[in-house]
Amino acid sequence: MMHADAERVTVPQVGSANFASARARLDGIGFLFLLVFLLALLSWAWSSGMLPEILSYREDIIYLFRQHIELVVSAAVLATFTAIPIGAVLSRPAFRGSSELILQIFNLSMTIPTLAILALSMSVLGIGFAPAVFGLWAMTILPIIRNTYTGLRAVSPHLIEAARGMGMTPAQVFWRVELPNALFVIFGGIRIAFSICVGTAPLAFLIGAGGFGELIFTGIALNETPMVLAGAIPTALIAVITDFLIGRVQYHLVPRGINPLR
Amino acid sequence: MEHLTKIFGSRERGIVAVDDVSFELPKGEICVLLGPSGCGKTTTMKMINRLIQPTSGTVFIDGEDTSAVDPIRLRRSIGYVIQQIGLFPNKTVAENICVVPDLLGWDRRKARSRAVELLELVGMPPATFMDRYPKELSGGQQQRVGVIRALAADPPVMLMDEPFGAIDPINREIIQDEFLRMQGALKKTIIFVSHDLNEAVKMANRIAIFRNGRLEQFATPAELLARPANDFVANFLGSDRALKRLALVSVAEAMLTDFEIIHEDDPAARAEAALRASGLLALPMVDAEGRPSGMLAQGDVAQTQATAAECSRPVHATVQISADLRNAVALMFAQDMPVLPCVDQEGRLKGILTWRSIVRSLSVRGADS
Ligand SMILES: Nc1ncnc2c1ncn2[C@@H]1O[C@H](COP(=O)(O)OP(=O)(O)OP(=O)(O)O)[C@@H](O)[C@H]1O
Ligand SMILES: [Mg+2]
Repeated sequence: MMHADAERVTVPQVGSANFASARARLDGIGFLFLLVFLLALLSWAWSSGMLPEILSYREDIIYLFRQHIELVVSAAVLATFTAIPIGAVLSRPAFRGSSELILQIFNLSMTIPTLAILALSMSVLGIGFAPAVFGLWAMTILPIIRNTYTGLRAVSPHLIEAARGMGMTPAQVFWRVELPNALFVIFGGIRIAFSICVGTAPLAFLIGAGGFGELIFTGIALNETPMVLAGAIPTALIAVITDFLIGRVQYHLVPRGINPLR
Repeated sequence: MEHLTKIFGSRERGIVAVDDVSFELPKGEICVLLGPSGCGKTTTMKMINRLIQPTSGTVFIDGEDTSAVDPIRLRRSIGYVIQQIGLFPNKTVAENICVVPDLLGWDRRKARSRAVELLELVGMPPATFMDRYPKELSGGQQQRVGVIRALAADPPVMLMDEPFGAIDPINREIIQDEFLRMQGALKKTIIFVSHDLNEAVKMANRIAIFRNGRLEQFATPAELLARPANDFVANFLGSDRALKRLALVSVAEAMLTDFEIIHEDDPAARAEAALRASGLLALPMVDAEGRPSGMLAQGDVAQTQATAAECSRPVHATVQISADLRNAVALMFAQDMPVLPCVDQEGRLKGILTWRSIVRSLSVRGADS
């Protein structure tokens, strides 16, 4: 599923305007659909008399929310700031020979189950916040690296030639031409990566980093549906809102000239 | 001002893309590099701004060896239009035009007003186009922006790789004319790649013909068409090259002026005498302002007491003296007029063109170039 996603975001650069507007529409519809779904869930919880029970976890929810957000934001920000430079370096001509191989190795590492990665990072870094962030980071960087790399490689060599021919230094060519033109694809990677990050975050509870996983897993263990929902509903909300926000940022930050969404 | 010799034994396996090419281009002239695909035109051009390092040989600009100049500074002083236009899609039209001024550290406002000025120069209203993105322009508009972007910092030298390649023939003619008009005022030294002979003949002060990386001939268009250096060049120019020379001669250069002017109220007998003296089939007649108002043909004026005006025929067409012979010949064919009156801006008769005068002017030019 992730592969399909990665391809989907690299297509718009060359794809048609039709596709783009369809994509934009889809985003809106998806967002609405999820909201409706959540509302339905809430009303069901209420009508079955579970809502008061869920709300009784209010204090836990507020505390875990902070923890959860801290985990996700640290991992995602760290991942963004490490993955983009790695992707950029891999796309440089000096790495052309080895970059595909390195990306294959990264791809292979994606097949390791998330739990195994968390377990591995726990066995090295112990339990708590640090290994959880490390584990989430490791899950998050790959889509960003891959999209940064493909995005930069996809910048037309003519643009680079024109830029060089007009007297830009290699650094100017990178910052003024290559990076802006790859931005849309890079954002696509960030979007996928963040949704992975948010989706994986509940597992952090298993290595002692807290977050909504605490309510979910404990609820499952105790067979307490309201407790599970008290963790699951906020997790789902965070996922939807994150994706929506990144979509907005992508829409506004990527210049109109290369943004197929507008 | 430029003297460049380059041997380019290229890239290990040794594709010789450009082989020992030397020529010198006077300041302010347009030189068109012409030849079949893959003959080394682009490579030659890229060695001038050092996007490609010559294997050997040197390029001089204004007597200065370019290999001694910092390549970044060199490129900022040379306007460059690439074969694929290469507008930056992430920048607006104005930002694209301002790229080199920005690199040179111009004041923002000065760069902006320069962009306005250049857009006006190519007939693209700045208010409409400044803030558009390249994808919102037509192909022809993109190409115009590509050209004015190269002009933005007012470089003395321009390199243009098939700048009008991607436009349909009609718009190409328009842009070419626009460009020539601009060049008339700007007087840049321009190296221009083309593989369209008509474009080359139209644009060039000099044409360099390439084959497989070798320079086959370097000459003015007239000389090239009159005297191809060898069979390859002659073949490349095509068997109709004599016709192409028509585009190089203005009507003013080829027209006859030594004939008697006939006025509307002259007697027909005088017209007949004038016709006989000129040995032509027909002569134009002029009105009081000196404008051609009729044609007098030999059969019509014989043995009559009437005035010239009464036995004249209407003038179907005249040609401006600033036009080239191609236009004139087209008119002569289309209107079946073996004698074509030539007029100035105000429409006053300045001379006449006949088949014989055209043939003679072409052979005269062939002989003294
Ligand atoms: N980077 C390169 N490596 C190897 N060979 C090259 C390279 N660039 C060009 N060549 C070869 O050099 C020759 C000249 O190429 P060049 O691009 O100068 O042709 P051109 O005259 O501009 O052709 P066109 O009219 O198609 O643009 C060609 O045979 C081409 O294959
Ligand atoms: Mg070329």
